[in-house]
Amino acid sequence: MTEPVLEIRDLRTYFHTIRGVYRAVDGVDLTVRAGRTLCVVGESGSGKSATALSVMGLIEAPGEIQPGSRIRFDGQELVGLSDREHRRIRGRDLSMIFQEPMTSLDPVYPVGHQIVEAIRAHQPVSRKAALNRAVELMALVGIPSPERRLWDYPHHLSGGMRQRVMISIALSSHPKLLVADEPTTALDVTIQAQILELMRDLQKKMGMAIMMITHDLGVVAEMADDVAVMYAGQIVESGIAEEVLTNPRHPYTEALLHAVPVLGMSRDEPLRVIPGVVPSPLEWPAGCRFAARCRYAHERCAEPPPTATVGRHQTRCWLPVDRSIGTGSATRTAAAGEVNR
Amino acid sequence: MTALLSVRGLKTHFPVRAGALRRTVGQIRAVDGVDLDIMPGETLGLVGESGCGKSTLGRSILRLIEPTAGQVIFDGIDVATLDARRMKAIRRDLQIIFQDPVGSLNPRMHVGDIVGEGLHANGVRSRAERDHRIKEILAAVGLDASAAGRFPHEFSGGQRQRIGIARALVLRPKLIVADEPVSALDVSVQSQVLNLLAALRQQFSLTYLFVAHDLAVVDYMSDRVAVMYLGRVVEVGTARQIRTNPLHPYTRALLSAVPGRERQRIVLSGEVPSPLTPPSGCRFRTRCPMAQEICARVEPALDAHPSGARVACHLSH
Repeated sequence: MTEPVLEIRDLRTYFHTIRGVYRAVDGVDLTVRAGRTLCVVGESGSGKSATALSVMGLIEAPGEIQPGSRIRFDGQELVGLSDREHRRIRGRDLSMIFQEPMTSLDPVYPVGHQIVEAIRAHQPVSRKAALNRAVELMALVGIPSPERRLWDYPHHLSGGMRQRVMISIALSSHPKLLVADEPTTALDVTIQAQILELMRDLQKKMGMAIMMITHDLGVVAEMADDVAVMYAGQIVESGIAEEVLTNPRHPYTEALLHAVPVLGMSRDEPLRVIPGVVPSPLEWPAGCRFAARCRYAHERCAEPPPTATVGRHQTRCWLPVDRSIGTGSATRTAAAGEVNR
Repeated sequence: MTALLSVRGLKTHFPVRAGALRRTVGQIRAVDGVDLDIMPGETLGLVGESGCGKSTLGRSILRLIEPTAGQVIFDGIDVATLDARRMKAIRRDLQIIFQDPVGSLNPRMHVGDIVGEGLHANGVRSRAERDHRIKEILAAVGLDASAAGRFPHEFSGGQRQRIGIARALVLRPKLIVADEPVSALDVSVQSQVLNLLAALRQQFSLTYLFVAHDLAVVDYMSDRVAVMYLGRVVEVGTARQIRTNPLHPYTRALLSAVPGRERQRIVLSGEVPSPLTPPSGCRFRTRCPMAQEICARVEPALDAHPSGARVACHLSH
C-alpha cells in the first residue's frame, strides 16, 4: 500500500436551512492513497458530492464543515483554511472535474484562453510558454489538432471534448489528487469509454491519485482500486474494490449489486428491489440508517452500528460478519463475477 | 403470426431555419428510413446513443411528432396518415411512458385526474366507473388508492414513474412505447420499476417498444433488440444474438463500451457526425475500425444474415 494523499476523518458537513439542519455528510472516514483510484459510490442524496466539495473547500453558506472534522491532504490540514489559502492548494496539488463541463467552462472565452489562465494562475510562466503548454496538454488529453482548437469556444465542442478540456485544465499543474465528480455521467457510453480510458492512461503517466464520485457500479468495476459505499451521509462499506464487489459485507452494497441488470442475465430472474426510499437528511434514523430497508434487519439495528474491520474490508453493520450473505442465484453470482474481472 | 406494429421506411426530418426570412437551410434527419416489426406480446428493445433518433422514432410511431414519410402499420391500419378523429381512437391502444416523471405530469392536477384523463377523453362518462378503474390501475402499479387525491410533487421519483405507467395503462392499450423509463431513477428505484414493467407485461399481455441507452437494461427487458445509429437501424436480432454474437461493428463497440465487463475493448475514435449532413454511404464508416472503400460509396441495406439477425454492413455478409 502506498502513502495516503488524503485522509478524511469524521467529516461532517451540514447545511442550515429553514426546515432544519440538513446533515448531508455525517461522519465520513476516507483514505485516498498515492497513485490509486478511490471510487465513492452512492445514490442521489447519499452525500457523495458534498464530501467531494468539502475536500475542495467549495462548501458555501448555508453549508458548513463542522468542528472536529479533519481533512488531511498531503500532510496539511484543510479544514479551517481561509479561502485564500485554500485557493493556493486548489488547482495546484488538488484539482477537480465536474459532471457537466459546460457549466464549469466560461462560455465567453475560448478554451485555449481558459487553459492558459489556469496554467498562469499557479505557475510563473509567460503567456507564450503557457500557450505552448496548453497545446501540449490538449494533445495529451486527445483533442485533435489542438492549435486550431485553442480558439474554439466551449459551445463549439461536444460534451466529450469539453470534458477533455476540463481534464487538461485540471491536470495543468500536475496535481497529486484529482477529484472527479461523476465525470462521465452526462456522456454517451462510447464517449464514456474514451474518457475513462483517458483517465486511466493519464494516471499511469502522471501518477496522481484519483477520488472519483459515481453512482454507477460499472464505472467502479472499471476504475476503482479502492471503493467506499455511501448511504445516508455515511460510509457503510469500504475496502479493496475487487473484494467489496465480489464479496460485499454490507446489506446495502449487496442489494445495490443485485439491483442492476447485468448483460446476459435471465429475464426470469427478477431484479433485487430495495424497498422504500432513502431517509431524509433532516432526520436520519437513530440506529442503522439502512435498517428500514434492510432484509436482514433485527432488534439490534435500532442502535447505531459500529464500523468493524473484516479482512481488508470495513463495514458498518450489526450482522455477524461471517454470515453468508448473498442469496442470489447461481446466474447472478456468475454475473457479479463478470463485473469484477 | 402478423406483426402488431410494422414500421416501413419511416422518416422524421426537422427543418433547420436561418436568417431573417427563416428560410429552411437544411434538414435534421433524426429518423431516416427505419423498418421495424414488433410481434404481439413481444418486447423490442431500441438502443442507441443520444441523437441517434430512438426517442424521435418512438414518438413518431405515436404521431406525437409527425413523421415526414413512411408507414406505421398498427393492427393492420396505417396510422401515419390517419385523420385526427380516427387517430384518437387508435391512441387508446397505443400509449407512451416518458423518461422524466416530473416534467410529464401536470403539477396542478390530482393524480386521479392525471390517470383518469384518458378515460374521460375516451368516453367513460360515469364518474363512478372512472374512479373504479383509476383505483384498479393504481393498485396494479403498486400505489395506494389514496394517491388519487394527491398531487405529483408529493411523490418520490419512482412513485411518479408509477403514476406515468398507470396513466399509460388505464385504457388497456396493446402497445406501449417506454421511452427511457428508468434512466432518470436511482439504482435502487430503477429495479422496482423494471420489475413492475415486467410484471405488467404478463398481467396485461402488453407489447413493448422499450427505448433506452443502457444496453444491460435493454438486454434484460427485451426479446429482440434493434440498434440505431444516426437515424438508421444498423442491426436487429434476438437479445441473445446481439449480446453474444453482435454482427455490426457499431453494436460490437457499444457492447464493449459497457463499463465493468471483461472484454476486448473497442474504443471508437471520434464522435457521432451531425444528422444534418450524415456521411455518404454507411453512416458509421467515419468511426468504423473496419471501413473499406465501398462503405463511402454504397449505403448498406438492413439485410438478413444467416444467423437470423438483420444487419446493415457490407462486411458482415
